[in-house]
Amino acid sequence: MKIAVCVKQVPDTWAEKKLRADDSTLDRESADGVMNELDEYAVEEALRIVEAGEGEVTIVTMGPERASETVRKALSMGADAGVHLVDDALHGSDALATSEALAKVLSGRGFDLILFGSESTDARMSVVPAMVAERLGVAQLTFAQKVTVSGGAITIERATDYGYDTVEAATPAVVSVVEKINEPRYPSFKGIMAAKKKPVETISVADAGIDQSVIGASAAWSAVVDFAVRLPKAAGTVVTDEGDGGVKIAEFLSAQKFI
Amino acid sequence: MPIDKQSPFTLFAIDHVLSEEERAMQAVVRQFVDARVKPFVADWFETGDIPARELAVDLGNLGVMGMHLDGYGCAGTSAVAYGLACMELEAGDSGIRSLVSVQGSLAMYAIHAWGSEEQKQQWLPGMAAGTAIGCFGLTEADFGSNPAGMRTNAVRDGSDWVLNGSKMWITNGSVADLAVVWAQTDDGIRGFIVPSTAAGFTANTIKKKMSLRASVTSELVFENVRLPAEAMLPGVRGLKGPLSCLNEARFGIAFGVLGAARDCLQTAIDYSVDRVQFDRPIAGYQLTQKKLADMTLRLGTGTLLALHLGRLKDEHLLRPEQVSLGKLNNAQAALDIARECRSILGGNGITLEYPVIRHMNNLESVYTYEGTNEMHTLVIGEALTGLPAYR
Ligand SMILES: Cc1cc2nc3c(=O)[nH]c(=O)nc-3n(C[C@H](O)[C@H](O)[C@H](O)COP(=O)(O)OP(=O)(O)OC[C@H]3O[C@@H](n4cnc5c(N)ncnc54)[C@H](O)[C@@H]3O)c2cc1C
Ligand SMILES: Cc1cc2nc3c(=O)[nH]c(=O)nc-3n(C[C@H](O)[C@H](O)[C@H](O)COP(=O)(O)OP(=O)(O)OC[C@H]3O[C@@H](n4cnc5c(N)ncnc54)[C@H](O)[C@@H]3O)c2cc1C
Repeated sequence: MKIAVCVKQVPDTWAEKKLRADDSTLDRESADGVMNELDEYAVEEALRIVEAGEGEVTIVTMGPERASETVRKALSMGADAGVHLVDDALHGSDALATSEALAKVLSGRGFDLILFGSESTDARMSVVPAMVAERLGVAQLTFAQKVTVSGGAITIERATDYGYDTVEAATPAVVSVVEKINEPRYPSFKGIMAAKKKPVETISVADAGIDQSVIGASAAWSAVVDFAVRLPKAAGTVVTDEGDGGVKIAEFLSAQKFI
Repeated sequence: MPIDKQSPFTLFAIDHVLSEEERAMQAVVRQFVDARVKPFVADWFETGDIPARELAVDLGNLGVMGMHLDGYGCAGTSAVAYGLACMELEAGDSGIRSLVSVQGSLAMYAIHAWGSEEQKQQWLPGMAAGTAIGCFGLTEADFGSNPAGMRTNAVRDGSDWVLNGSKMWITNGSVADLAVVWAQTDDGIRGFIVPSTAAGFTANTIKKKMSLRASVTSELVFENVRLPAEAMLPGVRGLKGPLSCLNEARFGIAFGVLGAARDCLQTAIDYSVDRVQFDRPIAGYQLTQKKLADMTLRLGTGTLLALHLGRLKDEHLLRPEQVSLGKLNNAQAALDIARECRSILGGNGITLEYPVIRHMNNLESVYTYEGTNEMHTLVIGEALTGLPAYR
């Protein structure tokens, strides 16, 4: 089974994130880059599928130069190879453009299964996996909390508010995974050393045959007009209970329209 | 606006002198420590109980056990990477770092450097995986700084050896599957691999410790323990054997203690920025800033020294007296930093709600073991003057 896992480098979840003054995009230099947490689950799931049967895991990322660190991390967890799409023309791409670029990179490589984390911690849109599936014309099995592979069929449990749906499709298919699915491994030292020797293909927009006019900030379907820094947290209100604490809490909640 | 502040390591641009691979290894250990050690270690410290077996297996999976050794299931990393791993482990707790130091640098190293091929095959893969725990018995109740006087002895009986005596202050002792024990013989001091199941071998846990409480420390007792000829480490005789192992561990400690110090300093910086007295954060007072600046200098210069020693070690140029520079300087610096940080936390500084007093107490052990401050001072004194001043 040939598996691709799409991973994204995001600013460290705990870091103070900033927007750039010049073009209102996320300032990716201002914070350490880490692998999007949910993508770690996707990498883990791919590795488990391959370890239980056979096959190969390729890591695919689109991002600036230093996103190669994220590819390297996935390789040190045990993936076999990487493809890194890097090009200044991609800067400012929205979800539509990202899905177009990824689809171009993925198509024609013969992947049976394409895994994603179900959202990124920076943009949190959860739409890229579905868009990529649509663009590739393959089935989308999103929000999987369990994945079973048997023969040419992929069965998932799709996490829902009320429990889960069992959804099945034939390969090739796109699957996005949720946190519940597994516990990602730590890269081992041997893995980190081995990762150095694994092949990573670095490609440009032209190499991937992506149409320049549909990517980048100028092609984005929405624009950030203005932004402001969040106000510092105001001091909390202390309510002294003089026998009417319950009432005061209820009044507070209703004033804030919580109840 | 949030206050812009840099961590001490950012100020020193420590990352700049590390390779991507070194940073990746450091990051994994840090991630492990954040998830698996820090949330629990205050309780382990308080109860004096650690899940040593479980931790050993987890650490084995990560690859830290004997990570700088080659073959037999060991990862074979650089010495610098090993140092950085020690630093991250000790940022969690010196006890966890001790577990790893004793396993990798003392017990595994002894077998790796001085053992027979059969001994290596038998023990090292399990120890690298963390499924077998080792300890290292050199110190005795009456012979600490001067191990040459040890009384534990092994006497030949046919082709067997019969071991008698006791060892004191042995890390991992009561949880170990094997002990590397140094003993007097008719052929000078020799090393023996003693399985914990050997008849006549007992390990008694030392209680009432105020330091390294998240670490097992034991007394080992040998009463006519009969060992086959193959239990002896064939590759070395004399104190050179144990001292070569200690050199490895001391190297790791030169890095490790800085992890504890870094954790203290970062805690104290964060605390002092938040803590308001006399209507201002205490970090805004010059007295506090002097403390923070001094500590940052000692942490940063200590780290650069450790990295320098690490680069020398990776080029196989590091000499024992240079390891003493690192252990002496950094253990002292870390202990001083921990004490100063403790003061910055005021009353909160005496509780286990913050890591500082735990690190501070731990560092008292680290200051003493693997060669006391005085012993390393004398090593350096001898290196400078050519005059040994031990006796
Ligand atoms: C928690 C812990 C874990 C340990 N783990 C291990 C282990 O796993 N394996 C092992 O073999 N050992 C272990 N040790 C033992 C440790 O190595 C010894 O405690 C250390 O070597 C000091 O020996 P000592 O305690 O007998 O002190 P002593 O040697 O009695 O020293 C007492 C003081 O006298 C000073 N002193 C001694 N000689 C001189 C001199 N000539 N000039 C000036 N000052 C001098 C020392 O510097 C020290 O300040 C451990 C110790 C501790 C506390
Ligand atoms: C075990 C214990 C028992 C105690 N028992 C009692 C008791 O019975 N009754 C009682 O009333 N209190 C008691 N205390 C409280 C004790 O007096 C306080 O902890 C002490 O006054 C310090 O206050 P703090 O802990 O709030 O530290 P902080 O005042 O927050 O001080 C933290 C650090 O900031 C420094 N600092 C503060 N202001 C400045 C400044 N302007 N410039 C430079 N540095 C500054 C301090 O010196 C310290 O290093 C007890 C404390 C302990 C630990």
